[in-house]
Amino acid sequence: MSTTVSQIDEVKTTPWAGGRSPFAVEYGKIMMWFFLLSDAFTFSSLLISYGALRFSSAAWPAPDLVFQSVPLTGIEHGAPLVFVGLMTFILIMSSVTMVLAVEAGHRGAKKEVVWWMIGTIIGGLMFLGCQALEWTHLHNEGFWWGHIPTMEELKTLFHGNTSETLMYTYGHQFANLFFTITGFHGFHVFSGVVINIIITINVLKGTYEKRGSYLMVEKVGLYWHFVDLVWVFVFTFFYLV
Amino acid sequence: MSSEPIHTEHAEEHGETMTKRRIWNVFFVLLGITCVEFFIALYLVPKGHMTYHTANPIYIVLTLAKAFYIVGYFMHLKFERLGLIFAIILPVLFIIGLILVLTNESHHWVDLRL
Repeated sequence: MSTTVSQIDEVKTTPWAGGRSPFAVEYGKIMMWFFLLSDAFTFSSLLISYGALRFSSAAWPAPDLVFQSVPLTGIEHGAPLVFVGLMTFILIMSSVTMVLAVEAGHRGAKKEVVWWMIGTIIGGLMFLGCQALEWTHLHNEGFWWGHIPTMEELKTLFHGNTSETLMYTYGHQFANLFFTITGFHGFHVFSGVVINIIITINVLKGTYEKRGSYLMVEKVGLYWHFVDLVWVFVFTFFYLV
Repeated sequence: MSSEPIHTEHAEEHGETMTKRRIWNVFFVLLGITCVEFFIALYLVPKGHMTYHTANPIYIVLTLAKAFYIVGYFMHLKFERLGLIFAIILPVLFIIGLILVLTNESHHWVDLRL
């Protein structure tokens, strides 16, 4: 029998002909990327609607007046961005510990992975704690879904002269959007912490050591960085702009 | 969650990957950009050196720069195959589309209010 194979029966080896994956990434990781893409759509829808409402508004609570307290220190006024700056730093820091965990995973250093993962979890919990304090502070001021502070207090949160009707309308819009968007983000952080804990337990149990790769750490890493990424946008559009 | 321990080395195929040094470099870039944003928000704008109209576009550009560093380096996308990069980056056009549509829409809302 002839050993030559006709051209059509040859196994294709080029990436897009089905020979090998054009992405050269494991299946679960690609799926995580596509999940994050869909999640990015959700967050952008929220943030862009916020942008459109704010853009078309006649007045808006000024970020430097709304967020100027530092919970737990007794500073109530005159410190805009300080607390949220701390929150941003915590989240960036926990992203760094996450990549360090992934990096340790590449080397198969189980102990290091565990320590960096624990660092990431602590960072996540600290962020959630800060957000809880921030929410409590705003709630005490009178903000909540569908609730705004008294007109007297509301007046101190706007720059310039604004009519009471406008303050009422846009105060409500601000409150609803702020709690919805930071709440949705906070829920992602919470899920991320839970997933990180599960993965850390698996690392401790040696599941990935047996499997021969720490790919799962990379996958939750992707999710965790995405949470950080969303915060970068929330931070800009709620606290800076 | 495949059982075959392949692909762990895929980054090395490209000869470039995240090293500890690079991780900390990216961290300092992110920290630096955030500090610049704080400097604008806490000093330049309140002191009147810069108006909101100048500051806001700068914030957005700096935010996109931070997004690039997080997605490119921390999420490792910069070192992946071109196919994966395009599969993730091109759908972002839909987001840009939504921004354009809703910006246009909000202009209309301004007209409604008057």
